[in-house]
Amino acid sequence: VNGFAHVMSQVLVAVVQVAAVAVGGPLLLGLMRKVRCRLEGRVGAPFHQPLLDLRKLFVKQRMRPRESSWVFGAGPVILVATAVAVVAVSPLATTRPPLGQSSDFFAVVFVLLLGSVLLALSALDTGTAFGGMGSSRSMTIGALCEPALLVAILAMAIPARTSNLPALVRIGLHHPSVIASPARILALASFLVVILAESGRLPVDNPSTHLELTMIHEAMVLEYSGPDLGYIILGESMRLVFLLGLLVNLLVPWGVADRPGALAFCVGLLALGIKVVAAGVAIALFEVFTAKMRLFRLPELLAGGFVLALLGAVTAVVAR
Amino acid sequence: VNEACVVTVALAGVMAAVLGAALPVSSRVGAAVTLTWVSCAAALVAAVSVLHSGHVISLSTSAILPLTGVTVVLTPLGALFVIAIAVVALASTLYWLGYASHGLATRSASSALPLFVTSMLLVPFAASVATFLVLWEMMALTSLVLVLTDQSRREAARSAAQWYAVMTHAGAAAILLALVLLSAHSGGQTFVDIEAHARHLSGAVRGTIFVIALLGFGSKAGAVPLHVWLPKAHAEAPGPASALMSGAMVNLGVYGIVLVGNVLLGGGPVWWWLLVIALGVVSALYGALYAATSSDLKRLLAYSTADNMGLVLIALGASGMFAASGHPTTAAIAMVAALLLMVNHSVFKGALFLAAGAVQIATGTRDLDRLGGLMRRMPVTGVVFLVGALSVAALPPFNGFVGEWLLLQGLLHGLPTSNTSVVISVSVAVAALALTGGLTVAAFVKATGIGFLGRPRSDEAINAHEVAMSMRLGAGALAALCLVLGLVPMLVLPAIERAAQSAGRVGAAHSTSGWVSLHLLGLRGVLAPSLLAGGLAVAGLAAIVIRRLAHRRRNAWPGVNAVEPWGSGRRVQTQRMQYTATSFAEPLQRVFDDVIRPSRDLNVSHLVESRYYIERIAYRTSNDDVIERQFYRPFIAGVRWWGQRARWFQNGSVHRYLAYGFVALVIVLVVVA
Repeated sequence: VNGFAHVMSQVLVAVVQVAAVAVGGPLLLGLMRKVRCRLEGRVGAPFHQPLLDLRKLFVKQRMRPRESSWVFGAGPVILVATAVAVVAVSPLATTRPPLGQSSDFFAVVFVLLLGSVLLALSALDTGTAFGGMGSSRSMTIGALCEPALLVAILAMAIPARTSNLPALVRIGLHHPSVIASPARILALASFLVVILAESGRLPVDNPSTHLELTMIHEAMVLEYSGPDLGYIILGESMRLVFLLGLLVNLLVPWGVADRPGALAFCVGLLALGIKVVAAGVAIALFEVFTAKMRLFRLPELLAGGFVLALLGAVTAVVAR
Repeated sequence: VNEACVVTVALAGVMAAVLGAALPVSSRVGAAVTLTWVSCAAALVAAVSVLHSGHVISLSTSAILPLTGVTVVLTPLGALFVIAIAVVALASTLYWLGYASHGLATRSASSALPLFVTSMLLVPFAASVATFLVLWEMMALTSLVLVLTDQSRREAARSAAQWYAVMTHAGAAAILLALVLLSAHSGGQTFVDIEAHARHLSGAVRGTIFVIALLGFGSKAGAVPLHVWLPKAHAEAPGPASALMSGAMVNLGVYGIVLVGNVLLGGGPVWWWLLVIALGVVSALYGALYAATSSDLKRLLAYSTADNMGLVLIALGASGMFAASGHPTTAAIAMVAALLLMVNHSVFKGALFLAAGAVQIATGTRDLDRLGGLMRRMPVTGVVFLVGALSVAALPPFNGFVGEWLLLQGLLHGLPTSNTSVVISVSVAVAALALTGGLTVAAFVKATGIGFLGRPRSDEAINAHEVAMSMRLGAGALAALCLVLGLVPMLVLPAIERAAQSAGRVGAAHSTSGWVSLHLLGLRGVLAPSLLAGGLAVAGLAAIVIRRLAHRRRNAWPGVNAVEPWGSGRRVQTQRMQYTATSFAEPLQRVFDDVIRPSRDLNVSHLVESRYYIERIAYRTSNDDVIERQFYRPFIAGVRWWGQRARWFQNGSVHRYLAYGFVALVIVLVVVA
């Protein structure tokens, strides 16, 4: 009976985390848009507008380009599935997520990559010029992000002697000096660059552009409509919340539930919401004052991120 | 029983070759394939029994090779390689049944293919220098014949065979030199004798032998800059032969390095392994870069082989380095990672090459810029290629991911215990690994997306049809294995661990607790690939169900409507407006312009009446191998120049030749006196 209760509580934790991120993701997008609008002197749509959009999209007709294959329909589903899977097992509201023992940083990153790859493939499946353009550009950026990302994980994992995500969060909670160490700070700075690039924010990609020739992510999803587009928006916003949630939990872990129990979990969920909203607002503020970089200047930005991560990794070993 | 298996492997292979050459065209392929299966099955039985029981098979006879005799020993290390080769060979020969019916059932190919498989199966059995070299050479020659299969129709196949012949024999010469040096210094030519004496040799001799062997075996494994033959030969060989060469033969290059470095010489100082890591880093990056920018499907796959072998070399180097600095646990993890990466590569690269061969049969072209839309026309081949591409890209839940994860764990846990120079080189190796991974993803999104998705770009692609059943089965079996090994890597990990331990000086790597999660022994690293995949599957199914329910509730139009693509409101959209492989790779090519230096040629011709009107624009770009262009071509030109000069000496006059003989004799006498 005890084992059954344990399993049920773990399933509950996973479901609540996924539900919170699935509702919070679109809300965060709306909030970031609202902040930008206000700072630019506009009123802006209400911050729950993305949720209304999603509701509308899910009752619309499904359409696909005439010569596309099953991959076109599978792309959005797998994008959402990968986001749901990583959110369920990651230490967002609690350091004891279900299957926490096997929730590995490298594994999580590769699962997210699966979603990006399927989206890039479905963009090529549309058989249009813009689909290919977006796919090519996003794969180029993805390829250049990878070294910064993996070396940043390495830099964070070396002091903890493990790449297990809950352990990485917990070590910050119990030994705050680890967070203040140069290795962790450099690695998180590099991780932030990667988050901006991977989730298509400024200065890498302008999420609110209407000019196709400058698009990266938007160009990939031009052919989608209805529920499929809804899944893409949902999946992308869940990924953003997930990545920001990891970032804030690795930077300021306080508030995250470290003990079992419903109360601690609720506090953790609340703390996560506050921290992610703060991070999202900060990014929105940053976006107001930033212009998009030229595509062929991006390697410099990402190489900068990589150098930070490499310095972090080397200091992590030398500082021991 | 085991000894009988060894004899069966050899006999069945030779008989298959004889029947393949002698029988009429209607029955030769069937007979040759059946006997090759017997050979593979016997090899599998022997290898599995060695890995299961831990007892080595040992056999020696003086009847076959004069002077030296044949010595055969199968250790767990060799057995792992035998299994990988046999699995790829079973699938490729099944595929060959259908493939050969497209005008490729020649006598030479039908007898060379079984001999090629058999000699590869027997190389890991060899336990003396002479046996090893004979089998190695047989493998090189039979694969050379296979590369030439299509030479009457393709000029490129002849040139590829030339490159392959020269490079493989240069490599064989290096291997010969290393092994002969080794046996001369240790006073025996069986591997047992060498192993017993090689530890007492001086460091300089051991280092020289290792470097020469590394170059020889590295060229077989496609290590850059000795890789130039690989994209040519692997691309020009017929489908099953290129699957065998890329999925099985390159493994033996790795086997050679492990054999000489870890087994015969018993490990070495750190600088050996730094050299191996450097070779691996260069191969991985260079291969991935060319795979990402290549637009020939099989050339892309061949470059990706160089890239994957680079990863294996990085893992091998890391293992040797950790062992040299006294950390057997991390050394074991890295060694297991190297062997797992290699086994995985055999499976997915076999599947990819078989799928690419099917595309070539169905469309007659390998040029990605002329393909497209094949997922609808060839659904099975398309799915096989997609699975292979996701495995190569190291994405869960497929097998490539587990190997990469293990390698990252090995490097992560090895780092803090090493000294600073090692730390920096390993960090750079991790970065190279990551960049390689990113480029590989881009390369295979390109290969799958441009080749199989979207709209067909040529009439050949429009008229493509799915290939014969045996070809689908052969390729599909390997693709299914990609998924199985990705979900349950514990199926092969105990065997790999035993093989790694027999390669010497490494501890135990992991403790299997059931079939679900993979624990690293003594370290905090756990991976549960099947749970991960299960989570993905549940979430995906839930997403599909929710989409359907939300849809049905308030929708007047159920089902999916197939419409003309919107394309931002463009009225007319032709397939020529799609991105091609070249345009897909353009941003990456521009980022790495300084490395690959592609040649571009832009011709704008104006109308006669006015130069303000343009008649046509011709843009040509080629990214041939920069190492070939910068190093090999000048070298060949130099050799040719000296050859031309030498003709002055060799002008056909008998008098002059007699004079040369006389002068030479005088010089010899003077020197000797």
